[in-house]
Amino acid sequence: MITHYRLGQDKLTIGRKILELNWGFVLLLIITASVGFAMLYSAAPGDPSIPGSVGSWDPWAKRQLIRFGGGLVIMFVVALTDIRIWLRYSYILYFIALGLLVGVEVKGSIGMGAQRWISLGFFQLQPSELMKITIILALARYFHGRSLEEIQSIPYLFVPLFMVAAPSVLILRQPDLGTTLMLILGSGVIFFLAGVRLWKFALVGVSALAAIPVAWQFLHTYQKKRVLTFLNPENDPLGAGYHIMQSKIAFGSGGMMGKGFGQGSQSHLNFLPEKQTDFIFTMLAEEHGLVGGLAVIGLYLLLLIYGYAIAMRSRSQYGRLVALGVTTTFFLYIFINIGMVMGLLPVVGVPLPLISYGGTVMISILFSFGLLLSVSIHRDMTIGRKGEHDDF
Amino acid sequence: MHRSTDRSKLFNRRAFVLGGGKLVLLSALAGRMYYLQVVEAPRYKTMAEENRISIRLLPPPRGKIIDRFGEEMAVNEQNYRVIITAEDTNGKPKETLDTLGQVIEISEKEKKKILKEIKRKRSFVPVTVRENLTWEEVAQIEVNTPDLPGSEIDVGQTRHYPKGNYSAHVLGYVAAVTERDAKDDPLLELPGFRIGKSGIEKLHDLKLRGTGGTSQVEVNALGRVIQEVERQEGEPGAEIMLTLDAGLQQMVAERLGEEAAAAVVMDIHTGEVLSMASSPTFNPNAFNRGLSHKEWQDLITNPRGPLTNKTIAGQYAPGSTFKMVVALAALEKGVITPSQKVFCSGHMELGNARFHCWKRGGHGHMNMVEAHMHSCDIYFYEIAKRTGINRIHDMAKRLGIGDRTGLDLPGERTGLMPSRDWKLATIGAPWQGGETLITGIGQGYVLATPLQLAVMTSRLVSGKKVVPHLTRKITTADGVEVPVRPDFESLGISNHHLKIVQEGMNAVTNVVGGTAYRSRIKEAGFAMAGKTGTAQVRRISKAERDTRVLKNSELPWELRDHALFVGFAPYDNPRYAASVVVEHGGSGSRAAAPIVRDILLEAQRRESARGEPVVPTKPAPTTEKEA
Repeated sequence: MITHYRLGQDKLTIGRKILELNWGFVLLLIITASVGFAMLYSAAPGDPSIPGSVGSWDPWAKRQLIRFGGGLVIMFVVALTDIRIWLRYSYILYFIALGLLVGVEVKGSIGMGAQRWISLGFFQLQPSELMKITIILALARYFHGRSLEEIQSIPYLFVPLFMVAAPSVLILRQPDLGTTLMLILGSGVIFFLAGVRLWKFALVGVSALAAIPVAWQFLHTYQKKRVLTFLNPENDPLGAGYHIMQSKIAFGSGGMMGKGFGQGSQSHLNFLPEKQTDFIFTMLAEEHGLVGGLAVIGLYLLLLIYGYAIAMRSRSQYGRLVALGVTTTFFLYIFINIGMVMGLLPVVGVPLPLISYGGTVMISILFSFGLLLSVSIHRDMTIGRKGEHDDF
Repeated sequence: MHRSTDRSKLFNRRAFVLGGGKLVLLSALAGRMYYLQVVEAPRYKTMAEENRISIRLLPPPRGKIIDRFGEEMAVNEQNYRVIITAEDTNGKPKETLDTLGQVIEISEKEKKKILKEIKRKRSFVPVTVRENLTWEEVAQIEVNTPDLPGSEIDVGQTRHYPKGNYSAHVLGYVAAVTERDAKDDPLLELPGFRIGKSGIEKLHDLKLRGTGGTSQVEVNALGRVIQEVERQEGEPGAEIMLTLDAGLQQMVAERLGEEAAAAVVMDIHTGEVLSMASSPTFNPNAFNRGLSHKEWQDLITNPRGPLTNKTIAGQYAPGSTFKMVVALAALEKGVITPSQKVFCSGHMELGNARFHCWKRGGHGHMNMVEAHMHSCDIYFYEIAKRTGINRIHDMAKRLGIGDRTGLDLPGERTGLMPSRDWKLATIGAPWQGGETLITGIGQGYVLATPLQLAVMTSRLVSGKKVVPHLTRKITTADGVEVPVRPDFESLGISNHHLKIVQEGMNAVTNVVGGTAYRSRIKEAGFAMAGKTGTAQVRRISKAERDTRVLKNSELPWELRDHALFVGFAPYDNPRYAASVVVEHGGSGSRAAAPIVRDILLEAQRRESARGEPVVPTKPAPTTEKEA
């Protein structure tokens, strides 16, 4: 045990922690979010009284900027909080999120035909977003406290499986297929990293495939339609396949270099649905071409690499699992969103993190990055099973 | 420590695999982007910039409504409107609009509304400035086209009723779709689409509407139409042929003039309604165009009720036109024979109450035919008393009073035929003997619509349960649909009794001294039989009766009696039945009988010659007065 190392000590001063913050990562975040501001500015209709005017700070870009600022503050607070505190409160936070999910089930206001919100008066809380983070914390704490032998024996898997199953069922009932899938995939990755044997994944995978015909019966009509449309979008160019077709046309017409800032005809003539939220990447690709799209993917790749680096450098299993859990969730957002707008995946309503317009996801992403940074700051701390400063 | 090291080694190994997997997936995204934006780019570029296919709905022409001879009663007219397309105005839609305002009149308020709409819509979407342009306005705009960039004359279709005022109540009107209308048909979403709101237009709306076609057009990225790719024609609306005779309808409507009145002419044997007029009337074309607030206020506050179809929704005490019902009920019960006489002294007593005949001095001895001829009230009080209210009620119902006739037109009301049970149930008081007496002369609770009176006349002439109808035939693209109408069943009233009553009605018009002798038809073979009715709308006090009953001309309009007349012709071979109610018209013989005479004469003349409508003659001055 390396106790003489400074950062391994029980207490770090606030000043020390701020110095240890991963500023490169923060800079990358700001650059990526700025791409979002620019796209939201472009998405808004220009001033009609000025010929050739393009874009506007209202109604999206300005509000997104404010939210990002607020999110950064939250991120720093989370980052500076001792990692052991997060470990200690992991289960409690998980159960709060679970309780809120039950809450929306019981009495939630209807949003877009799905019950997903709890109104806190000043703010609409989306418990499923909260769950995406707290499930990582809870699973990380559980596996942190188990030895490899325990993890590899079946009885120890029941508790974490239940921890995933309960919120999954609740979110699926809302109904929110996209979030459910993200939750299950994100949790699966933690199981995998914690060391659960590979044949068990194969078993789950095979049984999931077998369950598809049964699950199909439980899908809502619109969900079935989306999946069918995804399989063959040209079938119904004016109905459900509209979004995907329009999106692909926007990509294709953007070409290598794009049509230029504010010049996306597909986006600006409203052929493109929800261009400021789920389909913002399409607009980006239309206006800035393959070059612009790949640049954004490159930014995301750098952020992911940071996540991996932080995970590798963490000395505690908890920190490692949290770091990669967060990174993987981030990756899932990116992959599902971009895959969806390019017609590789069904349209499931997952936004592009840091760029799509929307407060809840922005806050949730920055909160989880706060956890990632906390892992980074406290990387050399060894932590006991229940959060005490011990490797026990 | 060892356990922990194992765990972290495994973690690192698996994290490496996971990271690799993610890299592969991100590469897949990049590859897909390359495919879409480089390999497939030319295809998608064309789709985006030139070949966008857009589907447009084509509104079908609304079906025509024609009369029994094929004369057009409701058609579609070309509607010229001027539109502005913002992107063609050189960026100055306001300038074009202002210039346009110098050519045709556009108020500042309208201008603001139009500019707001232009701002809201995409720049290539045309916005309507004004509809229903006159030829002059169209010409003015066309001449000034060079100064009106972005404006254009556009031709649409609009509903038009060539002689709308004459049959507004039957045909109804069309108007824009409102929130309350069911929106099951995509056609209803079209801007400017009209649906039937009343009358035949409402009843047959779905058939008249037809089904929409579609046009697939190629649109460029800006949404402008390049060319039509495919066109699927819709189905035009069905043509509805009515039983109405438009010529007779016009004559009847003109004959009613500005009185608050209603007239129905129907075929006794087939139940076909040949004419159905309610006055005052309104212009249904105005509803299509959209009424101004003032026009609407004028219509709804007019005490003569131009919006009400009085033939089916006006309910009046039938007065003496009800006497045939009482006579038939009495004959069928056997409480009197046709020749048995009743003495009329001018009044009769029942309990403490005294009931008056309209003729102060009385009529003396009256048999049934004479009682009809002079409309003697005492005679009918007496036989009503002998028959009893329930028998009268049953006979009235058999002849069609107090129930909807079943005419194929929305908005029909039931009228009211009282009985003992009805009074107990609705008013909560037992039936009084005196009420039977006043029911015997068609006063009191009993109410009938003019249509019911025409149906009653048809039934007591034919002895069959005649049911009126308006729809003769429906012609769609698939063929002709003729509504199936079963033969009318017999009412089961003795022919002999029906003959007696008809003879009584004949005496009214064709025997000297009959209440409507002045309004007889003199032309040979066209003779009309009928019955006058004067329905009191006020109560005559004892004091007034003791001095002198006020004449109608001495009363304000709304207190004057309703004038009624029912008749049929020709008497020898009955074919047409007619009823007329003139609200507050005074006496039936003076105000209503001459109208029925003209109507029935015209109907018969049209039948024999299909000739031109005659100019209605002035009513002959009459001196009879009845109550």
